[in-house]
Amino acid sequence: MNDHLLHVEDLYVRFKTYAGLVYAVNGMTFDVRRGEMFGLVGESGCGKSVTGLAILRMVPHPGEIVRGSIRFRGQDLLRKSEAEMRKIRGGRIAMIFQDPSASLNPVFTVGDQVTRVIQQHIATSKSEACQRALDMFAAVGLPDPSRIFRTYPHELSGGMQQRVMIAMALSSGAELLIADEPTTALDVTIQAQILALLAELKGRQGVSVLLITHNLGVVAETCDRVGVAYAGGIVETGKTDDVLYRMKHPYTQGLLAALPRPAQRGQALQSIEGSVPDGLHLPPGCAFSPRCPEARKNCRAQKPPMVSAGSEEHEVACHLYT
Amino acid sequence: MHKWEYVIRRLAMAVVVLASVSIITFVIARIIPSDPAAAWVGSHPTQEQIAKARQQLGLDRPLYEQYLRYMRSLLRGDLGTSVRSHQPVATDLKTFLPATMELVLAGMVMAIVIGIPLGVLSGARKGGPLDHVTRLFSIAGVSMPTFWLGLLLQLLFFKRLGLLPLGSRVSTEIALYHPVTRITGFYLVDTAVTGNWVAFKDALNHIILPAFTLGTYAIGLTIRMTRSTMIEVLNEKYILAARVSGLPERTVLFVLALKNAIIPTITVLGLSFVYSLTGALLVEVIFSWPGLGTYVTNAVLSIDFPVIVSVTLVVAVFYVFINLFLDLVQAMIDPRVTLQ
Amino acid sequence: MATTPNVERAGLQTEHRTARFREYHLMLQAFRRDILAVLSLVVIVLFVLGAILAPLLTPYAGQGRGDPNILEKFRPPSSAHPLGTDYLGRDVWARILFGGRSSLSIGFLVVTVASVIGIPLGATAGYYGGWIDNLIMRITDMFLAFPPLLLAIAIAAALGPSFINAMIAIAFTWWPWYARLVRAQTLSLREQYFVEAARSIGVSDVTIIVRHILPNVLAPVLVQATMDIGSAILTGAAISFVGLGVRPPTPDWGEMISTGRIYFIERPWFAGSAGAAIFLVTLAFNLLGDAMRDVADPRTRRAVA
Repeated sequence: MNDHLLHVEDLYVRFKTYAGLVYAVNGMTFDVRRGEMFGLVGESGCGKSVTGLAILRMVPHPGEIVRGSIRFRGQDLLRKSEAEMRKIRGGRIAMIFQDPSASLNPVFTVGDQVTRVIQQHIATSKSEACQRALDMFAAVGLPDPSRIFRTYPHELSGGMQQRVMIAMALSSGAELLIADEPTTALDVTIQAQILALLAELKGRQGVSVLLITHNLGVVAETCDRVGVAYAGGIVETGKTDDVLYRMKHPYTQGLLAALPRPAQRGQALQSIEGSVPDGLHLPPGCAFSPRCPEARKNCRAQKPPMVSAGSEEHEVACHLYT
Repeated sequence: MHKWEYVIRRLAMAVVVLASVSIITFVIARIIPSDPAAAWVGSHPTQEQIAKARQQLGLDRPLYEQYLRYMRSLLRGDLGTSVRSHQPVATDLKTFLPATMELVLAGMVMAIVIGIPLGVLSGARKGGPLDHVTRLFSIAGVSMPTFWLGLLLQLLFFKRLGLLPLGSRVSTEIALYHPVTRITGFYLVDTAVTGNWVAFKDALNHIILPAFTLGTYAIGLTIRMTRSTMIEVLNEKYILAARVSGLPERTVLFVLALKNAIIPTITVLGLSFVYSLTGALLVEVIFSWPGLGTYVTNAVLSIDFPVIVSVTLVVAVFYVFINLFLDLVQAMIDPRVTLQ
Repeated sequence: MATTPNVERAGLQTEHRTARFREYHLMLQAFRRDILAVLSLVVIVLFVLGAILAPLLTPYAGQGRGDPNILEKFRPPSSAHPLGTDYLGRDVWARILFGGRSSLSIGFLVVTVASVIGIPLGATAGYYGGWIDNLIMRITDMFLAFPPLLLAIAIAAALGPSFINAMIAIAFTWWPWYARLVRAQTLSLREQYFVEAARSIGVSDVTIIVRHILPNVLAPVLVQATMDIGSAILTGAAISFVGLGVRPPTPDWGEMISTGRIYFIERPWFAGSAGAAIFLVTLAFNLLGDAMRDVADPRTRRAVA
């Protein structure tokens, strides 16, 4: 428990919509250890982005966190006041989003924006804050930091914008970086660069990263541990190798089988039958049971508990293994 | 493209627009069904008088020659002569224009000082009580016929409450005992500059109601525009990113969001400035304000074309310059702006 | 092979159409839920009915049309004359009802004429681009360079005071806005894939504009047009206030305020009611347009619960 930087336990987030109550996050439980990169992977709509926002208590209206706990360094964030949360946001836990061009304010220079965040969390003079910003720009691999300092977001490429975002996020000494699909909007070569940057920062500055993505390839390359999410809950978690090569959960198996492989050329692509359930109509038991090829009688009725899947830290939530 | 390129291009555009403005006013002036020569002569014109007038006014020359004559006199500053008073329009304008300008500017000040903060707050607390009240007020503001509002305000403040005067720029006593020295034509400026505080207070009293009446539309528009752009801006990812970085809400609203939201608001302010220029027409009539509006309305009643057309031209020129100014200001604030 | 594109096109179109119907249905639902919007619609319908059925709604129809009744001039509101009488003794309620005919119709007519001129011009400019676009845009710039009311006054003065001339004058100052709006929408739509797709299977330009672009442009234009009816009514009232609209004794709300102005402080009821009428109608149209805009945009559409 001690090296768990972040421990999310039984988190439920629901949205009041005109169609009814939608549970985007359903009993999500996982943890991120110090100095590691944890990949939260799943299809769109599985609640992973909402989880990221929930950690910082920035779930948009009409959503609300209705159950669970989010422990950061042992303290439950859900019990903190708004003022305390404001210190944590950007100061201890930072978040970057998918589209960096939308995440930067178009009418201020990037240097201005980063400096402002630094001054918010660290009581320094303007010039010291500027210098710190420049140092961060260099640390994230931006060429010619002083020129970039004075540019506007739209003058930068996608890759550079994302580096700026990372600089802004880590500028005030954050220990946990939540990266929500940080490379999805970028082209493949830039993706690789950004991921390498994140890995480097993890090693060099000791920042832990919660990487939220739908891309298994990204996870395989960079993450130490992985959590596979489905319909608002974790179905399998463990060391990356264990989960990706010695997977146990039928959903994980289906996901990996669906990846197109060169050896498959000429054959039809495999996919998982059915589609992701909408958050309104969830079965009381396992959320995957309607689509599961190995579903048993009690799967739909009873929610499977998280049990060990063999190796250390490898856990799976499936009745096949209880 | 580089900022200066944009400025020069924009100025060139303005010149082209000014030229076309002159063409349109010329066209309007020439499709007069009634005979301007006859109107010039006055009542019961004889054929010889009309012919003589026609020659004098150059109406017997071909159309393009007339246009050139028109442009030449325009550039010389000659705006024609009033058919009614036989005075050069340019002289009349010098008396009436500052009065209208002062009124319009006072209205705009109200729009900025009242409109923007209310717009920001309603947008930030969308759906809250302040929002509903200001929305009602601003929608009423843009739906209200100014001439009617002026009458109502007169009824309330003059008749019932006896607080504010009925019309004119200064009361007759002040005109007699503490006359305003004419420097700029802006009474508030002239009285302040000469230290004539009695007259200043009086002029201020006189300008409040008409300026508010005139400004109501601008206030309403400003609130609506600021509110809606604030709502849009607050939905943007960069606002979420700012909040996620732990920045306090007042910074998010009044610095980060407002700078984005203010851009369309400035455009709207400019638009309402010009709308006010023409709304002043009506307000002046109600409040007996001796400005362009009264001048033009009288000209319409006596079908005094040189006046109508010249005033249209002058106001249009103003309009072009104001739009130009607004575009340039927008280019300064928004780094993304380029020539479309 | 020759039949497949047609079948596909029909299929796509039906899908497109059912999607659009669902959208309209959602819009209607959201609209019905907005009290102010429904109220505004009711108010507008009442005014329109009042104008159409004017002779049936007052015993003083003659006075409404203009017959003087000097003996009863300046009567304050009473049971015989619910809104009082004006300076010629005519019943004000009747004058308001009949005045609605010119005041309301000028609003509708101006917006219709302006749309009829502006929409095709804007779509053409936006779709073809190049010199056509430039030409049309320069022309709109010329008109937009003028403050609308002043230009309308100048044109109306030149044409002579009458209802039709006032309507023409105002419509002339109004169409550039629609041309601009439609052009901007067309420009963004033109880049969408479905236009390229249509062009690649050989659909003619005109068909593309009419069948694909205009229906998508319709929503914002409709919203703008609805709000504009209110402003057009206001502008029409301003034109008649200045003396350039309908000739007396035909009633018109703007003209009523202009003549009633001198007596207003002591006898506010006729200029006051005329002004109130203009205000209510314009307010209703503005609220309606606002609601329509909220409803058309799925992001601002109010959630049902």
